[in-house]
Amino acid sequence: MDIDFYWSTFLELLTGVPLMAQLVSLSLAVGFVLAVFVALIRLSRWRLASGIAYGYVYVFRGTPLLVQMFLIYYGLGQFEWIRESFLWVFLRQPYWCAILAFTLNTGAYGSEIIRGGLQSVPWGQIEAARAAGMSGWLLFRRITMPIGIRQALPAYGNEMILMVKATSLASIITMLEITGIAQRLISQSYRAVEILVVAGVIYLMINFMLTRLVKWLEHWLSPHLRDAPVVATPAAALAH
Amino acid sequence: MEMQSHGGIRSGSPPAVPREGAQRSTEALSVVDLHKSFGTLEVLKGVSLDAHEGDVIAIIGASGSGKSTLLRCINMLEVPDAGEVRVGGELIRMRTGRNGRTMPEDQSQVDRIRSRLGMVFQSFNLWSHLTILENVIEAPVHVQKRPRPECVAEANAILDKVGIADKRDHYPAHLSGGQQQRAAIARALAMKPQVMLFDEPTSALDPELVGEVLRVIRQLAEEGRTMLIVTHEIGFAREVSNRAIYLHQGRIEEEGPPAQVFGNPRSERCRQFIQSHI
Repeated sequence: MDIDFYWSTFLELLTGVPLMAQLVSLSLAVGFVLAVFVALIRLSRWRLASGIAYGYVYVFRGTPLLVQMFLIYYGLGQFEWIRESFLWVFLRQPYWCAILAFTLNTGAYGSEIIRGGLQSVPWGQIEAARAAGMSGWLLFRRITMPIGIRQALPAYGNEMILMVKATSLASIITMLEITGIAQRLISQSYRAVEILVVAGVIYLMINFMLTRLVKWLEHWLSPHLRDAPVVATPAAALAH
Repeated sequence: MEMQSHGGIRSGSPPAVPREGAQRSTEALSVVDLHKSFGTLEVLKGVSLDAHEGDVIAIIGASGSGKSTLLRCINMLEVPDAGEVRVGGELIRMRTGRNGRTMPEDQSQVDRIRSRLGMVFQSFNLWSHLTILENVIEAPVHVQKRPRPECVAEANAILDKVGIADKRDHYPAHLSGGQQQRAAIARALAMKPQVMLFDEPTSALDPELVGEVLRVIRQLAEEGRTMLIVTHEIGFAREVSNRAIYLHQGRIEEEGPPAQVFGNPRSERCRQFIQSHI
């Protein structure tokens, strides 16, 4: 086994991590806001808006991310009005096209996860908030959202992992993230197996850290699901 | 019913129905000709009642008689189809929506009035992600916008009063049913409500936990709080109330002082109901 080659490949591929991290964090951040927004529209009483939101979710869940990315990168440039608008500043760059595709994709999946979380909030707790004089945004911000997000977090963690892996598709539209660099190295050395093994290991390491992070977040947000704190009472002290 | 479970608190304590000579002028709550249907089922068929300051009104009746619906219509958790609700003299303004259903005209008025009505639910409904203390200060801080330190100090005093001060930093899931219900009462009290609404507060509790909750409610009655109590605890209702209402199929069938309603009801149905529940 050529340890030196593995090591140099590893160091080379690591240079793609910052770009990957940018793609993931930016699209997850914007995608999360989009997901909450879409989930709220889906749950609203406004039929037309809810239908449009469902249509968006249906299209982006039902088509491959790769196809979406190609259509955004190659397809949008076909429209003259887009090329002449300010959007072109962004859309002519593969970086923003990738982010747009990832954001729209994770927004669609995420909205379904968050919708499930919000719908699982016990009705009695919402009613108690209403009875206390809360409504609208206050009720959502203080009660529905905090409870719903906690319910949705495990599933959302899964979506985050899927997004890390999905960034490898950005290599198709010329982005030199981990997979992009791997492909470049393969075309130089023809040592595909070793390079892809190293790339796989890097993805594993990133996702390991990500799952730890989500796990910690879950733990931190759910003291109410753990055992009660042990309080030293005077009676307990006397018993010793 | 499980009268023996809290029989201990009955003996020894004086009856909580003084208020004979108390001022009866201030109207705390007024309900006029309330109607409510769920689909084709008419649950309330014109119910009216008045509560003056300091009144403790027990509302009894069989399942499905409309007693919970009546309570829930008062704070608009169910929107009545017709009728008037006044809290402290202020009428909740209603309008007819485009779909022909009535609805409150102004949500902010409803929110404001709700914060003056303390509701205690059968299933406690504490907010699971907040500690007991956080549950109690939530509405005072975020709805009534009072300063947090003041709310915390008051919350500690209230939790002490209902006997769960040592649980303030625990989450609802860590408490027994009786403790949760006492926390829920504390949460309602923290808003300094004009009227307390109790919707079967002990029906979800194990028999041995009923007493501790009734003890707290009795204490509030003795302080002269205005309360409407929907309950199946006939013995408790008789002691603690100064007026009782027996609902049957969406109408008030019997109403009067507890001695009459529980002891010598005019309505045969009410008599049978009381007998079957003692």
